[in-house]
Amino acid sequence: MFYVATVAILITMALAVIRALLGPTVYDRVLAVNMFGTKTVLLLAVIAFLYGRPDFLDLALTYALINFIGVLAVLSFCQSGDHEPEAKDQSKKAQP
Amino acid sequence: MALLLDVVSWILLSAGGAFVFIGGVGILRMPTIYTRMHAASVTDTMGTLLILLGIMLQAGLTLATVKLAAIVVFLLLTGPTASYALANAALLSGVRPELTTREPD
Amino acid sequence: MLLLFGIFLLTLLVITAVAIVRATDLFVAVMLMGIFSLLMAANFFILDAADVALTEAAIGAGISTVLLLGALALVPNRERVQHTGRWAALAVVSVTTLIIVYATLDKPRLGDPNAPVHTHVAPWYLEFTPEFIDIPNVVTAVLGAYRAYDTFGEVIVVLTAGIGVLFLLGLPNGPPHTAEDSSRTRTQNLGHHLIPQVVGRLIIPFIVLFALYVQFHGEYGPGGGFQAGAIFAAAVILYALIEGEDAALKILSPSLLKALMAGGALLYGATGLVTMLLGGNFLDYSVLADDAVAGQQWGIIIIELGVGVCVAGVLLTIYHAFAARND
Repeated sequence: MFYVATVAILITMALAVIRALLGPTVYDRVLAVNMFGTKTVLLLAVIAFLYGRPDFLDLALTYALINFIGVLAVLSFCQSGDHEPEAKDQSKKAQP
Repeated sequence: MALLLDVVSWILLSAGGAFVFIGGVGILRMPTIYTRMHAASVTDTMGTLLILLGIMLQAGLTLATVKLAAIVVFLLLTGPTASYALANAALLSGVRPELTTREPD
Repeated sequence: MLLLFGIFLLTLLVITAVAIVRATDLFVAVMLMGIFSLLMAANFFILDAADVALTEAAIGAGISTVLLLGALALVPNRERVQHTGRWAALAVVSVTTLIIVYATLDKPRLGDPNAPVHTHVAPWYLEFTPEFIDIPNVVTAVLGAYRAYDTFGEVIVVLTAGIGVLFLLGLPNGPPHTAEDSSRTRTQNLGHHLIPQVVGRLIIPFIVLFALYVQFHGEYGPGGGFQAGAIFAAAVILYALIEGEDAALKILSPSLLKALMAGGALLYGATGLVTMLLGGNFLDYSVLADDAVAGQQWGIIIIELGVGVCVAGVLLTIYHAFAARND
């Protein structure tokens, strides 16, 4: 039964990578990386059970913490003004 | 009893897998950044909850279940916060949400 | 089945690597490097190497991305495309690749039990660790006791990286004294957003507690000094992100960070000197206690503490060196 969940998670990871490669704005890519991170946490937890080694759950917990801090750091650095031109071009395209 | 636990675990894991997959498709197919954020964050939280609950039922009452519960609490707290921070950053730097519908492409 | 998962993850890795090389916008490249590190951590995990996966997840995917972004805030964010010397570079890379591929043709199959790496010291470690050191995690035993000299070298390398950054960029001399100083730092703090601030304040104590757990649990499960130092540094970086650089520099001032950096490496070296003074070789922990096995365990705890303190100090120094710059 863990195989079904693992396959679903792996496919979603591939889809998130595609969005990270495609995404026109910076925020698309940050979203894709964040989603990839939470899927990695799930993948680690499921495979830890597949292997029958529940003491590997420390990795999943560590990764959940680090992912959160990584996304906040990206947004904090982003806000200090590097990518406003790119985002503003997108906003001009997005207006009706 | 063990059979019942197995059946419930199967249901939870499959449902969680389905949610996660829907989130992945959503993040590719949705048109703008804000709609993609909906797809990513809502399905993320729900899928995580279901899959980890399914694994917890399989693990029984051991230390592993406590660690899984810690992961669930942590992700429930920080997932929405990360989405909030992302949406806020996008809004503050000028990306406007599309308020009218557009033809599907 | 696990083979299929491994192949799938490796394919994603190749695609991501090609995309990193082809990206000209450096911010995109940094984001993709985060994904690359995560894929590597998942690969290590599938190959059943938990300690390495934990270190890669903590340092590669989290701290490295933050540090690269900090560096990116100080440089222009498009790559300067260079048009000269491309054919020479291509020739050198192709020749090197062919030589490496030729060398790998001689390699034994992955996991072959008759390979030299599995027949010389590895079985000895696996067989005699319960007798000499008696801790469940053999990786920590190898890292901390049998190969302690190598780990000392690694700590000195980490310390050197910190010293290099201090030479190149420097830390501010202390927390800024005037309001004008603090308004010129580059990064915005998220303090004026209530939700990240509340959630951050709620979870920072638990992250620090988890770092201590990973530090001292390294003998029983995946963990150890490097991972714990990275997680502790991540907690302080989170504090710096939500409360501002000045607040973070006030709690852990630059002089304290330099003391931590040097102190960690010094603790490791001092353990070696103490063992020599007590009559054994350098870093031979058996002389640290009456019972040789207890001595080994004491030795491993002390050096892992030294490693954790040094790594935390260095990572925070590098982070503050980038984030607290005023230009």
